[in-house]
Amino acid sequence: MTANLPEPVSGTCAIEALFLSHFRSHKVTRIEPKARLVALYGPNGAGKTNILEAISYLSPGRGLRRAVPEDIRRREDAAPGWKVAARLRVGDTQHELETWAEAGSGRHVHLDGKAVPQNRLGNLLRILWLVPAMDRLWTEAAEGRRRFLDRMTLSFDPAHADDALRYEKAMRERNRLLKDQVTDAHWYRAVEAQMAATGAAILLRREAAIAAVTAAQRDGLDIFPKAALALIGPDADEDFPRTEEALLDALSEGRNRDMSAGRTLVGPHRCDLSAIYAAKSIPARETSTGEQKALLISLVLANVRALAMATGAAPVVLLDEVAAHLDQERQAALYDELDALGAQAWLTGTGRELFDALGARADYLQVTDDAGLSIVSEAGLNNQH
Amino acid sequence: MSDDTRDIEALIDLMARLPGLGPRSARRAVLHLIKKRGPLMVPLVDALRNVAENARPCLNCGNIGTSDLCAICADETRANGEICVVEEVSDLWAMERAGIFKGRYHVLGGTLSALDAIGPEDLHIPKLLDRVATENVREVILALNATIDGQTTAHYIADQLSGDIAVTSLAQGVPIGGELDYLDDGTITAAMRARKSF
Repeated sequence: MTANLPEPVSGTCAIEALFLSHFRSHKVTRIEPKARLVALYGPNGAGKTNILEAISYLSPGRGLRRAVPEDIRRREDAAPGWKVAARLRVGDTQHELETWAEAGSGRHVHLDGKAVPQNRLGNLLRILWLVPAMDRLWTEAAEGRRRFLDRMTLSFDPAHADDALRYEKAMRERNRLLKDQVTDAHWYRAVEAQMAATGAAILLRREAAIAAVTAAQRDGLDIFPKAALALIGPDADEDFPRTEEALLDALSEGRNRDMSAGRTLVGPHRCDLSAIYAAKSIPARETSTGEQKALLISLVLANVRALAMATGAAPVVLLDEVAAHLDQERQAALYDELDALGAQAWLTGTGRELFDALGARADYLQVTDDAGLSIVSEAGLNNQH
Repeated sequence: MSDDTRDIEALIDLMARLPGLGPRSARRAVLHLIKKRGPLMVPLVDALRNVAENARPCLNCGNIGTSDLCAICADETRANGEICVVEEVSDLWAMERAGIFKGRYHVLGGTLSALDAIGPEDLHIPKLLDRVATENVREVILALNATIDGQTTAHYIADQLSGDIAVTSLAQGVPIGGELDYLDDGTITAAMRARKSF
């Protein structure tokens, strides 16, 4: 039962078959999309986003809801755990990918029958997403924007995850020293050397990702807004330490201040992503809700475009409840753009009419709820429960 | 559990606590020992008793032996001015298996970790500094793991060793017999940075 996906413009990176077992509202769900664009429609709470979340676990990390593995298991069946399996096509090669978690254990990943570390997935399949929780991205605290930027960065360079983990670990060590009021300068210098080396690499990659997305915005459709993006320091400071040497100095000089605060107050974990809405020359946070949403879509599309150019294959895109926020003209433009970029896109919406402009280009799957159990129906699908 | 198997079950439980053994492999090992009571089990009991009574850390380097000074520290030919710093005794034994290093060792017994409340005093670092000052050491080789804790500990030690002493660390890169396609990005980057003339 091999799905015949249309050949994308810029190469292939797609999920040919997806299997969910005891994953939130899905007991057993199998999907084999017959088209590169997949429209999942149905009422609120039917389990559409759960399918996108399952797909997000085919990439490293905690998925699009940032859930702990224990919370994902379908509780109604007293299942010991959950599982997501997929047949992927990357270039000319097919891969079998399985990821699962059982009660009390972390997430496991098997690629082609062999256990692999999660980070390996970043090299295999690039997945971008946009979910309603990100609607407040420009008005919420900087943490959300850093996470958005880091996912963008990770999509270009999977090694970003390793440096981020190493930086985080070293920073936790330094924060412990600060909280315990340790005064051993040798120990601080040793930890700060790790933070400076990994921190500089993180900042360099973030800058490169911003540059790539900025360049890709220029080729985007005018119907979607554009923004001037920049990496800024705490309090919108543009002059913050970026190099290894500068970070080393800043950490060393800030030791007394940080000890009073009980935490590290300088470094890439304090940076922010600034966006100036180009059409009005005002910060993105000051634009209307609709404009902010349109800007996010525009940036995700630019990310897709930049990745297609950089890697030769467009990533998989997950767009949750995006169409409802767009007028018909922008809906059509979004679908045309996804089609032209050759990306496999999974979209959700409450009604099928939201996807009218997709026409025959999409596979339409209806998701309904039957007493807490998600039912996925329509052609190309075999759902058991 | 019946009375006549209680002792055997207790032995299986103890064996199952060993690294690399689970309940199943522990049962197999105990059954094998019972079958080979004379040639294997009795000598094993003797060996265990001997080691339990005599094994102790070397007072100089932290290696495990059966006397106060391990064979390496007692061997004057190994006092060549080089000390190789390792995290655990198992790392020392791995280095010895390779047979390339002819100097002496210093076993830290772990790595610095503020989160786990493991400080310099817990790691025999003061003892290392003392040895460097008194054993006419020319070079300290930091053979620590390439983890954040390992590298933090390496930085910490290097930061304290100044003057005429050379401080070096093991190279990182392509393993012997390794294929590039199977290496992670970090290893390839390290190998490329440490490339040498062919």
